[in-house]
Amino acid sequence: MFGYSMAEIGNIVVMQGFSGLSMFTVLLLMALGLAIIFGQMGVINMAHGEFMTIGAYTTVMLSKVAATYGFTNYYFIFAILIAFGLAFIVGYFIEFVMIRHLYKRPLDTLLATWGLSLVMQQIFRSTFGAKEVSAELPEWMLGSFQPTPDIDIPINGVFVMGLAALVTFGVYMFMFKSRWGLRVRATVQNRTMAGAVGINTAKVDRVTFALGCGIAGIAGAAFTTIASTGPTTGTLYIVDSFMVVVFGGAASIVGTIASAFGIAQAQSVLQFFMTSSMGKVSTLLAIVTILMMKPEGLFASKLRK
Amino acid sequence: MTLWEKMKASSVLGGKEGVISLAVLAAIIFVVLPLGVDIFRLNLIGKYLTYAFVAVGLVMLWGHGGILSLGQGIFFGLGGYAMAMFLKLEASDPLSTKIQSTPGIPDFMDWNQLTALPWFWEPFKSLPFTIFAVLTIPALFAYIIGYAMFKRRVGGVYFSIITQAVALILSILIVGQQGYTGGVNGMTDLRTMLGWDIRTDSAKYILYFVNGLLLFGAIFLSKYIMSSKFGMLLLAMRDKEERVRFSGYDVSNFKIFIFCFAAMLSAVGGAMFTLQVGFMSPSFVGIVPSIEMVIFCAVGGRASLVGAVYGTLLVNYGKTVFSETYPEMWLFLMGGLFIAVVMFFPSGLAGIWDKYATKYGWFKDKVAPAKKPEVSTSEVEAPAVLTETMTEPTLTPDSTGVVSKQVTRKKADANAAIESNKLRGAEA
Repeated sequence: MFGYSMAEIGNIVVMQGFSGLSMFTVLLLMALGLAIIFGQMGVINMAHGEFMTIGAYTTVMLSKVAATYGFTNYYFIFAILIAFGLAFIVGYFIEFVMIRHLYKRPLDTLLATWGLSLVMQQIFRSTFGAKEVSAELPEWMLGSFQPTPDIDIPINGVFVMGLAALVTFGVYMFMFKSRWGLRVRATVQNRTMAGAVGINTAKVDRVTFALGCGIAGIAGAAFTTIASTGPTTGTLYIVDSFMVVVFGGAASIVGTIASAFGIAQAQSVLQFFMTSSMGKVSTLLAIVTILMMKPEGLFASKLRK
Repeated sequence: MTLWEKMKASSVLGGKEGVISLAVLAAIIFVVLPLGVDIFRLNLIGKYLTYAFVAVGLVMLWGHGGILSLGQGIFFGLGGYAMAMFLKLEASDPLSTKIQSTPGIPDFMDWNQLTALPWFWEPFKSLPFTIFAVLTIPALFAYIIGYAMFKRRVGGVYFSIITQAVALILSILIVGQQGYTGGVNGMTDLRTMLGWDIRTDSAKYILYFVNGLLLFGAIFLSKYIMSSKFGMLLLAMRDKEERVRFSGYDVSNFKIFIFCFAAMLSAVGGAMFTLQVGFMSPSFVGIVPSIEMVIFCAVGGRASLVGAVYGTLLVNYGKTVFSETYPEMWLFLMGGLFIAVVMFFPSGLAGIWDKYATKYGWFKDKVAPAKKPEVSTSEVEAPAVLTETMTEPTLTPDSTGVVSKQVTRKKADANAAIESNKLRGAEA
């Protein structure tokens, strides 16, 4: 097959699978934020990628500061928290100024947030320059495991996967086990009734949106471990992230994880056997075809409509 | 009746105001601009007007149908590429490509070590086939997407995201398949059409006027569709899809038709773009141009056909001027425009015009649109609009005076309700 022996193909699949995993974590973190903002609230946030870029630039800048003051070994933990915090604050502000006026017009949120993403991109370009910058990783994150001579698994990938698992768990707990999550779901399902039982729906909306943005910020921090950051980094991931959310079924966390995994793996493995662009085309084409057959996504909750 | 009275009474053109707005647009496009600007600028404006085809299609699809497609660049590109393939083949005759290792095929194929013309290029040696392809291939493509989506009642946001993904797929494919498509550079160096040099000034003038005429054809066709029973049902469908479906109409067929119609218009725009600009590249196919085309339509007024043309001209002219002088500022302005139009002027330029025209009573014969209800009252307003649009087909909309006036009135009311019933197709 393709001129490789079976053992080689096995190794290639494992290696490509692992390189796919780092893409999977970024996609998953992006999509978790979107699953909250789009899946739960119905807001089409085209600027979601730019919130990721906020997180990525925060990490890069912190790594520069860390290099100057010599705490490179553990800055990454702070970077994640600060990336989350900054994206959260910006998201909170944006919801207050813009999004809350548009809840009744979901398609219009798409255009307005697209405009927002253009503005944010230009802000990044004016502030950080058009060049791509990358973070210096702590020493313990470099290097790799080598279970067999042909396979090596980068440590930073493993770390970021742990991070993604943690965030996924956190989101699950927040949405389904906490009072806040209960309020969010109540507001989404029936705003008037939720307001009537004493839930401050405006505040719930704001925090939910900001939380989704904050998670995108974490995705940005994770992103710095696999690639360099530029002003237009976010746009590369926005369509993929939406596909992940739609493909998995908009309000399902299991679906989001499964489809992020599937999409990242398919792209990564196919890109090895075809050209990079054909790998992406065939993955997207497969998703679109499946979505046409199963419009609610793979793990849609059974609802009467 | 004189011609003027006939036109005024015509429900297709939209009454006195409709006729005047069309006349003003015609005067600007066919008289003021050709006399006022030099051929370089006019060619540039001709280029903008090719985007206006897409915007007009979007008015029908989005403004009147409630379906937001983020993939109109697909059809613009398909039309443009079909025309470019014909022109490229003509520019690659064996004589002018004799330095290539394989003369007679387009230069980019030669660079990519192709030795023969791919099979799907062969039919594009004929102009009639090319024109046929410009009109049918995008429509067929739209039919397949539309059929797969609308028959399964996928709509709103999901439709937008999927069309966006298709735009991404197509642009990656075009860039990736260099040997067949010219890759990221696209198809350049197009010279003649059936021996007629399209690069000369006189050709540019002719193409500009042909483009303008086609654009007016597109607007008239759209107006005709809107004034028919189908147009009324389309509006009703946008506002309360379920009720139209329960009245016994197959809503998905309406959606498929209007999507194909918009695709066809975009493709004509794309073909005219190739002719006037002299090249076609994947940068007009992908996500970014597709969304920009939506903003042209939104700035002009998503429900106004004439407004869409002004919106396209204004945004593109602004883009040219600002990106020449303040390249930094342009993205801020463009982004700000997106936000401002959506948040403060949801019905765009046409909405602002309507507001002031009504306020000062410039068009007395036209019934003033009802006071625009706030968005929050939309739930209360919607059924009223629906009953009016729904009863319309029984009214026998002949072009006789009284009835047509009522039709106009209903359209005005329906238009006023656009702000209130913000595209509720998105309920998925």
